[in-house]
Amino acid sequence: MAFLDRTARSLVLGELVAGMALTLRYFFKPKVTINYPYEKGPISPRFKGEHALRRYPNGEERCIACKLCEAICPAQAITIEAEPRDDGSRRTTRYDIDMTKCIYCGLCEEACPVDAIVEGPNFEFATETREELMYNKDKLLANGDRWEPELARRLELDAPYR
Amino acid sequence: MSVTAGITPSARTVEIDSHSINFGPQHPAAHGVLRLILELDGEVVERADPHIGLLHRGTEKLIEYKTYMQAVPYFDRLDYVSPMCEEHAFALAVEKLLGITAPDRAQWIRVLFAEITRVLNHLLNLTTYALDVGAITPALWGFEEREKLMEFHEAASGARLHANYFRPGGVSKDLPAGLMDKIAAWAETFPKFIDDLEGLLTNNRIWKQRTVDIGVFSAEQALAWGFSGPPLRASGVPWDLRRSQPYDKYAEVDFQIPVGRNGDCYDRYLMRVYETRESVKIMKQALAKMKPGPIKVQDRKFSPPSRGEMKRSMEALIHHFKLYTEGYHVPAGATYTAVESPKGEFGVYLVADGTNKPYRCKIRSTGFAFLQATDVMTKRHMLADVCAIIGSLDVVFGEIDR
Repeated sequence: MAFLDRTARSLVLGELVAGMALTLRYFFKPKVTINYPYEKGPISPRFKGEHALRRYPNGEERCIACKLCEAICPAQAITIEAEPRDDGSRRTTRYDIDMTKCIYCGLCEEACPVDAIVEGPNFEFATETREELMYNKDKLLANGDRWEPELARRLELDAPYR
Repeated sequence: MSVTAGITPSARTVEIDSHSINFGPQHPAAHGVLRLILELDGEVVERADPHIGLLHRGTEKLIEYKTYMQAVPYFDRLDYVSPMCEEHAFALAVEKLLGITAPDRAQWIRVLFAEITRVLNHLLNLTTYALDVGAITPALWGFEEREKLMEFHEAASGARLHANYFRPGGVSKDLPAGLMDKIAAWAETFPKFIDDLEGLLTNNRIWKQRTVDIGVFSAEQALAWGFSGPPLRASGVPWDLRRSQPYDKYAEVDFQIPVGRNGDCYDRYLMRVYETRESVKIMKQALAKMKPGPIKVQDRKFSPPSRGEMKRSMEALIHHFKLYTEGYHVPAGATYTAVESPKGEFGVYLVADGTNKPYRCKIRSTGFAFLQATDVMTKRHMLADVCAIIGSLDVVFGEIDR
């Protein structure tokens, strides 16, 4: 009986027809793909993207050159040099991130005691040359200025969990 | 006058075996950077010689120069298809040496995300395995489900793949509000998707012709070659570390372990399908049993204080600085801690010498054992079956080459 059953099923191409019917059903389902450069997938406030150095609302840079991020960075992508400024406050003279070394683990953001270095929501920073990925302090501060409203919102949303 | 003047040239016949081919490292079915040198007799494989090391990054040595907190991201990059399970092994190993246990909620979160990782891994393997043997549709559909899971992954950890989420002593951050409901909603719809996926493959005659009785491995062979995970269970050995030596909260969840009978490619496929179903069950239980509470050990010597506390209290700030520069010192000792990663037994042999960095960190990668058996498995099979066999073994070179 089992033999007959199997043979009959095999002759009418049962499982192939069922598979095709399933495919046809999916064919008429709404599309799930998005039109990428114009539409983007959702990202959470925790997303670890391109780095930025933030400023206080009065324009003063947050980073106090404590070098915690440099110490924790597993890929040793961060280089900091610091000196007291003319007004006596300690600030960085050099803050470089080698984005080709960075592994986007987010430990620098976790370590920073003043919320200065953050990993922002931007994931579209591909460049044509390698040199452009060696970020210096100016680039990082410019990123911070560009993304500040979004960065502040993300930090506020994630604050209860940090 | 030359020396060869008196020698008459004669015809010599040299036999060159032209039936040696490179399978990979650029072959799309070689799963990354596998270079397999196949000696063929016609279209029949006589010998398969896997060459590894094209993705070697020296992870084990690098970890010896990193503090315990810095070592975690390296584990994401071993088996990059199931990052959180690798972190899990390291976190458990360090916890064992430190003599601490993660709080209940952290353990449930880890179980939940280990199972999400398992589904992610199996979805990738099942669909690309089908792709290797010629079925494109499952890959197109399966990646939609993977995308949903990656969103959960990203909402919790901030990264779609390299999470850096499980830490020795807990997890880095609590789940954001609303994420549990989203995962619960997904868990309701997912079994339907697995049914659809099975509808395309399980009974399909082409799929069966390509996989049934291909790469048969007996239980004795599987044990002798050091197999674990789905390929071992497909051969009929009911062995799962989540059941035999439960870690975290696995002792408190109810799930079945699928066991195969024939040990062929088809059974290995079935194991993964059934495991995804069981994973969804475990996820539902984890969601139901999870209660609010701390998500990392409350000992400030091992886990950093919250930011609010760090900004208010001097002592917390000191702890914060100490943890992010020097890290914690782990008492001298050694442990082998293994977890059931989606691919099988993933273990970390960690030797601590009392400093803030591991003395040695040997990683037992799952795929290595599978890969060394490819020669035995593919012997006297057709060339096309090599793709099916490698696909069914689920090898990932991040962990094999380390």
